[in-house]
Amino acid sequence: MGIAAFLIISIIKSVAVIGVLLTAVAYSVWLERKVSAHIQNRWGPTRVGPFGLLQPLADGAKFIFKEDLTQPHVHKPLYIAAPMIAMVFAITSISVVPFGNSIYIPETHVGHLFTIPEIDTPLEITDLNIGLLLILGVTSMGVYGVALAGWASNNKYSLLGGLRASAQMISYEVSLGLSLIPVLIKSGSFSLRSIVESQAHLHWNFFYFPFGTVAFFTYLISAYAETNRTPFDLPEAESELVAGYHTEYSAMKFAMFFMAEYANMVTVACLATLLFFGGWLGPVFGHGLLSMFLPIIWFCLKVFFFMFLYVWVRWTLPRFRYDQLMAFGWKVLLPLAVANIVVTSLYVALTS
Amino acid sequence: MLHLILFLFFGTICVAGAINLLAQSHPIDSALSLIVVMASLAAEYLLLGAEFVAAVQVIVYAGAIMVLFVITIMLLNAGKEERTKGSRVAILLGVPGVVIGAVLVAWTLLFRANTSAVTLGALPGGPQEIARLLFHQFLLPFEITSVLILIAIMGAVVLASRPDAVAKRHHTDTPKAMPELVGAGKEH
Repeated sequence: MGIAAFLIISIIKSVAVIGVLLTAVAYSVWLERKVSAHIQNRWGPTRVGPFGLLQPLADGAKFIFKEDLTQPHVHKPLYIAAPMIAMVFAITSISVVPFGNSIYIPETHVGHLFTIPEIDTPLEITDLNIGLLLILGVTSMGVYGVALAGWASNNKYSLLGGLRASAQMISYEVSLGLSLIPVLIKSGSFSLRSIVESQAHLHWNFFYFPFGTVAFFTYLISAYAETNRTPFDLPEAESELVAGYHTEYSAMKFAMFFMAEYANMVTVACLATLLFFGGWLGPVFGHGLLSMFLPIIWFCLKVFFFMFLYVWVRWTLPRFRYDQLMAFGWKVLLPLAVANIVVTSLYVALTS
Repeated sequence: MLHLILFLFFGTICVAGAINLLAQSHPIDSALSLIVVMASLAAEYLLLGAEFVAAVQVIVYAGAIMVLFVITIMLLNAGKEERTKGSRVAILLGVPGVVIGAVLVAWTLLFRANTSAVTLGALPGGPQEIARLLFHQFLLPFEITSVLILIAIMGAVVLASRPDAVAKRHHTDTPKAMPELVGAGKEH
């Protein structure tokens, strides 16, 4: 494939992936409202479209037309930049996530006009050999959106919420990174595609007992705390801090924080399926286009399961108090993750 | 060619960020400039072919250490610094001094020392090679650095712990972790 074809195909893939990601973010809000409603024995959105499926469109229109207030005494540059920072780093992680095998389309002739050359491209935007580290780095940088938003709002409640949230996020980042190391020891590479390919034939890392299972649960708990979701969402607790770091934001800026939070959830769900549940691996039958699209469907089903799990846990468990949260992160999860690394490396070293 | 352009681009951002760090009057602007410096350093490492070091630079330096800097500045509510008059003499002597020093160092490195340009991929960049170097050749410096960090942690814990007399006056179930962030509800 020449440079021009590579460029065009990469642009098409990027646009498609970003479009799917933003739609997934919007519809994860719908999922949350519906699932929470049914857990609480009520209906949720039902009026806008069948089953309330057009509700995110209505919400988007509302956010666009809402008045965008800027408080008088805020630190203007950071006030405006903070939601952008949160959003940018939330969306960047999807660029290294592979969601299928590869697509092969042979040369097609469109009448006598022109020929589309043969396309053979892997189903991802890019495959860095440090893909996992990139996602961890981008997650670390996402803390700035929260911290700067809380400070720039010139509001004590926002500042406290922002500081609490950023302290919580950097604490759980440590156990997040450490919990992924047994997966790396087993797969031998940071590249996400190699990690998935090392899980072929149902050797999913989740079933790699007990190291993979412990690693999975440590990862999941750390990721829930990292994305500030219940039971770790004290920074946004309505009853304690008004709305935490995004109190002073309205309309589109608030929508960006909202979308950034759900985009982080999608990233965590994608990572969980890639690292522990085999990514796009699943029964593949048929030939041609069907066998190329079935892995994508398996991947999407698994990511959907993790998003559902997120909402399920949120509306089932009460939230932790802040000191319980920090004590749990540093005194329970971190030693557990480190012990898991030690035992896994011992096992791998002794049996190979 | 593109390599040179990218190197100069990120180098300029790095130096500009560092100068901005000194020139800003509000500490939070200085901290943000330092984040820009760290990120452009990570890009420079990437241009040298050390992708693992670049990623770790972003994760550790720009993503954790600088966050702690920013949290401290926010907690201490440091405002704009005051300008004093005595700094003019320092600028008159300092800036030429820095320029002369930089020219001396650059001249020595370019024409006197036996250094040559590094080609991409000449130095170990992947995680396996770095791990091998770290745990075989440079094991002693590695262990000494971890002891150093442990000493720093112990010093921070000692400095941050409350004196016993104050602690006894509060309720016994006062949370010890970051009490100023938990809220004042328990102290009544």
